[in-house]
Amino acid sequence: MPAPANTRFTPSHEWILSGQEISAVGISEHAQAELGDIVYIELPAVGRTVAAGEAVAVIESVKAASDIYAPVAGEIVEVNAPVAAEASLVNTDPYGAGWLFKIKLANHADADGLMDEAAYAASH
Amino acid sequence: METECLQQTPLLAAHLRHGARMVPFAGWNMPVQYAGITHEHQAVRTGCGIFDISHMGEFFVSGPGAGRWLNSILTNNTEKLQAGQGHYTLMLNEQGGVIDDLIAYRTGEDSWFLVVNASMIPADREWMSARLPEGVNFKDDSAAWAGMAVQGPNAPSVFETVLPGEALPVRNGVAEFSTAHGRVIVCRTGYTGEDGFELFTEASHGVTWWDLVTAAGATPCGLGARDTLRLEACYPLNGNDLSPARTPLEAGLVVFVDLEKGDFTGRRALVAQKADGLPSRLCALRMVDKSPPPRAHYPVRSGGETAGELSSGGVSPTLGSGIALSYLPPALAATGTRVDIDIRGKLWPAEVVKKPFYRRPSA
Repeated sequence: MPAPANTRFTPSHEWILSGQEISAVGISEHAQAELGDIVYIELPAVGRTVAAGEAVAVIESVKAASDIYAPVAGEIVEVNAPVAAEASLVNTDPYGAGWLFKIKLANHADADGLMDEAAYAASH
Repeated sequence: METECLQQTPLLAAHLRHGARMVPFAGWNMPVQYAGITHEHQAVRTGCGIFDISHMGEFFVSGPGAGRWLNSILTNNTEKLQAGQGHYTLMLNEQGGVIDDLIAYRTGEDSWFLVVNASMIPADREWMSARLPEGVNFKDDSAAWAGMAVQGPNAPSVFETVLPGEALPVRNGVAEFSTAHGRVIVCRTGYTGEDGFELFTEASHGVTWWDLVTAAGATPCGLGARDTLRLEACYPLNGNDLSPARTPLEAGLVVFVDLEKGDFTGRRALVAQKADGLPSRLCALRMVDKSPPPRAHYPVRSGGETAGELSSGGVSPTLGSGIALSYLPPALAATGTRVDIDIRGKLWPAEVVKKPFYRRPSA
């Protein structure tokens, strides 16, 4: 499943869109496949200010709980309520309906420095 | 992860061919899943699945007095078994704690086949060898065998396809077949809560049998589904739900302990514990609300106090809710009792429920 062209990736498998003031954040197709069946998602509180690399959400698969890290610094402005109710959306549509939360970037350029899909694919 | 130290199952080539994700388990490189744990779980509940159990230990005991000796080191009454029958049993230390749980099959008048947990093969072998009497033969033949568990309501029809004209043993029974693909031991047992059988064959014939069984319609299933299936059925996992510090009475396995059969290792401690009252009971817990999955080692709280910890846990695909096992003090062990599970600092309510979580529809 290809990601939109402006998708950027962290080494810890989160994605964010470059060129946005506010962007959705999720996990990569590769990450969802590695995790397997996702059964529960804990999302951050709206309004929380987070640093880049801060643990902000938890994704639980059948076998394990995994922390999700903020790809950039900013403020959580929205969470995806449907994904909290139906965690398997992350498995079926990680770049679409399976987004986790929206972040208002502290610095607009921060997402641009992350890996593009080709660099990310080469990194794992 | 020191993968170079992991033992490889004789079925590795088949796993890789089926796209398995391999993980270290009990010193072995084992498949945790193929298509997905939930899919594999449902395949076993509604059709038929096949699991690699080559990592488990195969012990052979024979000679006059073999039955009497096994009866002195195992909890169930071995000498009640007829040839062709097997049963679940436990090996205890002197304090009544569990060394291992296993299935003992009587394959002949004076011959026995034992299947033990992978992680316990060396410890079991040493414990038994140190107590072996004159005239009884004991052999740990684990490395020579491949094993696969074929489980689910369609398992009997899979058996008919792979061993046409042969009779599937009765429940808990064992039978041996000479085939074009070597010697095969078939046991009508399993660890999923479904009907099914376990098939043991010489390691060199393992992949052939795996391919025959999958061609007959069985879905490859990994350790992930094996864990959710056994947890729904409340089958204990040694190392999680059983330990040298807990007795089978505390684990709720009293029906597999014959205190009347004569002396056996650990019996004195069990008799004393029964007289004094059990300090804890292994309870089934079901999460009351939608919650993160309960997992092993999460603390159990009651009235703000720590009452224990989960020994196993997960999300039940059948029930759609979190389920777990935990040793709890008797005051909290009654069905309907509410406790809290501490998940990352937040308390989630759970209720003690009757075991098991899942029982297969009677045929």
